[in-house]
Amino acid sequence: MSNPLVSIRHLVKSYRRGNQSVPVLEDISLDIAEGEFLVLMGPSGSGKSTLLNLIAGIDTADSGSITIHDVDLSLLSDSALAAWRASHIGFVFQFYNLIPVLTAFENVELPLLLTSMSRHQRREHVETALAVVGLTDRMEHRPSELSGGQQQRVAIARAIVSDPSILVADEPTGDLDRVSAEEILNLLEQLNREFGKTIIMVTHDPRAAKRARRLLHLEKGVLVL
Amino acid sequence: MFILKLLTRNAFRHKLRALLTITGIAIAILSFGLLRTVVSAWYAGAHASSGNRLISRNAISLVFSLPVSYKDRIRQVEGVKNVSYANWFGGVYITEKNFFPSFAIEPATYLGMYPEFILSDSQTSDFIRDRKGCVAGRKLAERHGWKVGDSVTLKGTIFPGSWEFNLRGIYQGKKQTTDEGQFFFHWNYLNETLRKNTPRRADQTGIFLIEVKHANLSSQVAQAIDGLFKNSLAETLTETEKAFQLTFISMTEAIVVAIRIVSYVVIVIIMAVAANTMAMTARERFGEYAILKSMGFGWFHIAGMIFGESVLLALLGCALGIGLTFPVAAAFAAQLDQFFPVFLIERSTLWLDLFLSLLVGLVAGLFPAWRAVRIRIADGLRRIG
Amino acid sequence: MACEGLAEMRIPLAYSWRNLLTRRLTTFLTAGGMALVVFVFASIMMLSNGLEKTLVETGSDQNVIITRKGADSEMQSGVDRNQALIIETQPELASGQDGAPLVTRELVVPIGLIKRGTSKPSNVIIRGISQQSLLMRPQIRILEGRLPRQGSAEIIVGNSIARRFSGVGRGEQLRFALRDWQVVGIFDAGATGFSSEVWGDCDQIMQAFRRPLYSSLTFRLRDSVDFPSLKERLESEPRLTVEVRRETTYYRDQSEAMATFIRILGISLTGIFSLGAMIGALITMYASVANRVAEIGTLRALGFQRLSILLAFLAEALLLGLAGGISGIVLASFMQFITISTMNWQTFSELAFSFSLTLAIVIQSLVFALAMGLIGGAIPAVQASRLKIVDALRA
Repeated sequence: MSNPLVSIRHLVKSYRRGNQSVPVLEDISLDIAEGEFLVLMGPSGSGKSTLLNLIAGIDTADSGSITIHDVDLSLLSDSALAAWRASHIGFVFQFYNLIPVLTAFENVELPLLLTSMSRHQRREHVETALAVVGLTDRMEHRPSELSGGQQQRVAIARAIVSDPSILVADEPTGDLDRVSAEEILNLLEQLNREFGKTIIMVTHDPRAAKRARRLLHLEKGVLVL
Repeated sequence: MFILKLLTRNAFRHKLRALLTITGIAIAILSFGLLRTVVSAWYAGAHASSGNRLISRNAISLVFSLPVSYKDRIRQVEGVKNVSYANWFGGVYITEKNFFPSFAIEPATYLGMYPEFILSDSQTSDFIRDRKGCVAGRKLAERHGWKVGDSVTLKGTIFPGSWEFNLRGIYQGKKQTTDEGQFFFHWNYLNETLRKNTPRRADQTGIFLIEVKHANLSSQVAQAIDGLFKNSLAETLTETEKAFQLTFISMTEAIVVAIRIVSYVVIVIIMAVAANTMAMTARERFGEYAILKSMGFGWFHIAGMIFGESVLLALLGCALGIGLTFPVAAAFAAQLDQFFPVFLIERSTLWLDLFLSLLVGLVAGLFPAWRAVRIRIADGLRRIG
Repeated sequence: MACEGLAEMRIPLAYSWRNLLTRRLTTFLTAGGMALVVFVFASIMMLSNGLEKTLVETGSDQNVIITRKGADSEMQSGVDRNQALIIETQPELASGQDGAPLVTRELVVPIGLIKRGTSKPSNVIIRGISQQSLLMRPQIRILEGRLPRQGSAEIIVGNSIARRFSGVGRGEQLRFALRDWQVVGIFDAGATGFSSEVWGDCDQIMQAFRRPLYSSLTFRLRDSVDFPSLKERLESEPRLTVEVRRETTYYRDQSEAMATFIRILGISLTGIFSLGAMIGALITMYASVANRVAEIGTLRALGFQRLSILLAFLAEALLLGLAGGISGIVLASFMQFITISTMNWQTFSELAFSFSLTLAIVIQSLVFALAMGLIGGAIPAVQASRLKIVDALRA
């Protein structure tokens, strides 16, 4: 394997709870190659979501480094990090987290407002993304008018619309029924295989874990293989 | 466009809350506008005064009168174009409730010096010819249903007795700011009666009105007149009509100051209400702000959304408030024309309305924006679950 | 039994109170808005109360004041010597220690004086007094200096005036009516209108102003009950054209126009302002209910009645109003240190008065604040109590 896409070295993170410092991640080192479908599993409180947040650049570590595309995230300022996220990371959350007052189309369009794209270009990208997730006919609906599975597909469309190389998904099927969950997993798998997206997913769901090309377990802040 | 749409939709996510906040701001802007207008009505007399007119009164205080014989000596002063005189009569119509400014004047010279009172030539000459004639302002005549030719009886508070007049004319104001609520009659009629009943009070007048040839001469003429009567039994104090009017206002200045302060208090009250709305709104949306941040939106986007929303609410409230100010002020003016003959909304009030609602919007957004910008994404996301 | 016990269970007040505390910013802003409204309300009531108090305390119930018929105030009045003699010989008049009747002829004229720090004149009352004047007004004390000597151009000045106008400090000279008047003393008349006056010898002042008439006659009654009969006799006496009033009535009439103006202005203003504050309370209480739908469902599932929920939310709104009311009153109580000085329209001259806080105003303000909270909280509280348990739990 040549240079890995994500390279994590001696990562340490703890939270303060009251006066106590609670360790969450203890000395994690990990490489993730381009095009991987990596699943992180572990009991709640094991630190898997924290690790995901750190890779996605929405949280900062106490020590250690994360290098993605040869960029050391710890060296980036807040606003540089925000710009970096906008172009490299797509998020999928357990509760979809769509903006309730915007339509599906507008929700997907949101990340593109940070780019210099013209209105016309934005429309093309949004329509493509929605076509990929199979929701072309639901563009003008608000989140409250969509089912859970459909909302999660809108969220995935929003995650891929700016064509990031990495998708991070935190329990994407956690709030869905079985059929919808299968659909979402198929979709993620397709994005990995056909579009070459690197996917890092946290889940409890053993069926979701089966889709992984690589499976890691975290327990009490330590990787157990 | 997208941003505006997002702001509007966000603002009305809680329809009831948004409507209540807008109503609150509208009420505040309305009361602020009305209070400002009350204050400017207070100063209306001073604003309407002419720079060419001086007023001489007894130096001790207005309650003391001046001998009417001063008139000829004042006319000799260099720079004086015309002299008239008037006496505050202080009459009431039927009861004390119907009080209005009434003056005994020397008709021909007085009307000549007040071109802002428009009276037809025939009515003017009718008035001058009738010793018991009187003239009333349009609003005053409307209030009491007087028509030209009617007989009007006033009760004197300073000059005891019942005084009967014939209404010979109704004047109109030249400008919107002209007081149409005054009442004038012949000084001679008053004086003849006084000569008979209380000769001690006869041949006296309250003030002299002096028209100067040019406004530049005002202070020079005023000094010359006061010099004439220095060390006499009735010394004069001469000042411009505006200064004279402002003397009255400055005596009740405490009330004006209080009204001014109170008009800003209502803005602070509504600032608290709007800030509360925005604090609640932002608290509910911390999760959304975290998601936007995770997508790469910067602090200025988040702050912009919050400020945009609060300013939008404030401006909608402002527009509604200004829209209400006009009809309410008109109703106010109709009710209170006895106290405030001139009740007009100034343009500056509207600008101030706009400025203050912007301020309310910005202040209301300040604290929530600060909190939303500072929130860490990971914490914000956790709130959602 | 257990069911009945639950049915009567009240949600403790602490629940409402803690809910306010958890959302500190919102509570602070809402109560703050109400506090400002209460502050304005209380201040205006204090002001009109202070004005009335000042003028009412100026008069005494035992004293009767005589003015010309139809004159609103002493300023417009005139009583000549013959009329004065008739009145002074009435049997109802009380006598002093020397046996002479307690009666004083006084002259009142306004003069323009310059306020310190400005160049604008304001009218101040000059009162010409007699020997008896001070006997009849026991509230007056000489703070500095002495009384004016009879027959001299000496004056004493009320302490409200001495402080605020130039030329009337002790030892200074004041020029009016072509004469120089020496200020020989400062007097304190408490919270009365006299504190805003300048006093000098009546005959001297009449001469200087060339006034042949007195403005008023004031006398002490031997017995207060004699007043109605005396009033009727004097007012129907053909040689007199006078109005007979108790001093208290006279001074109440003096304050009427101004106090009414302040009160009407105040009540309409606070009425409008309170709408704003009530809207604030309404928004807060709506949000308070909306945020706690699941909690309300839980409480109902535990067995609390609709009424208990209603009362808990009303209590929250009332506490909010109470907090606003108390802060508003505390703010307003500082206004007592401020003295307002303005022209009283009735007398056309300067009058100084203070904000005066009374228990009645405190109670009115609190009731007003609680009413604002109650009205703001009523609809949301009813809404909360009407929630269906199942729906509420699902939220």
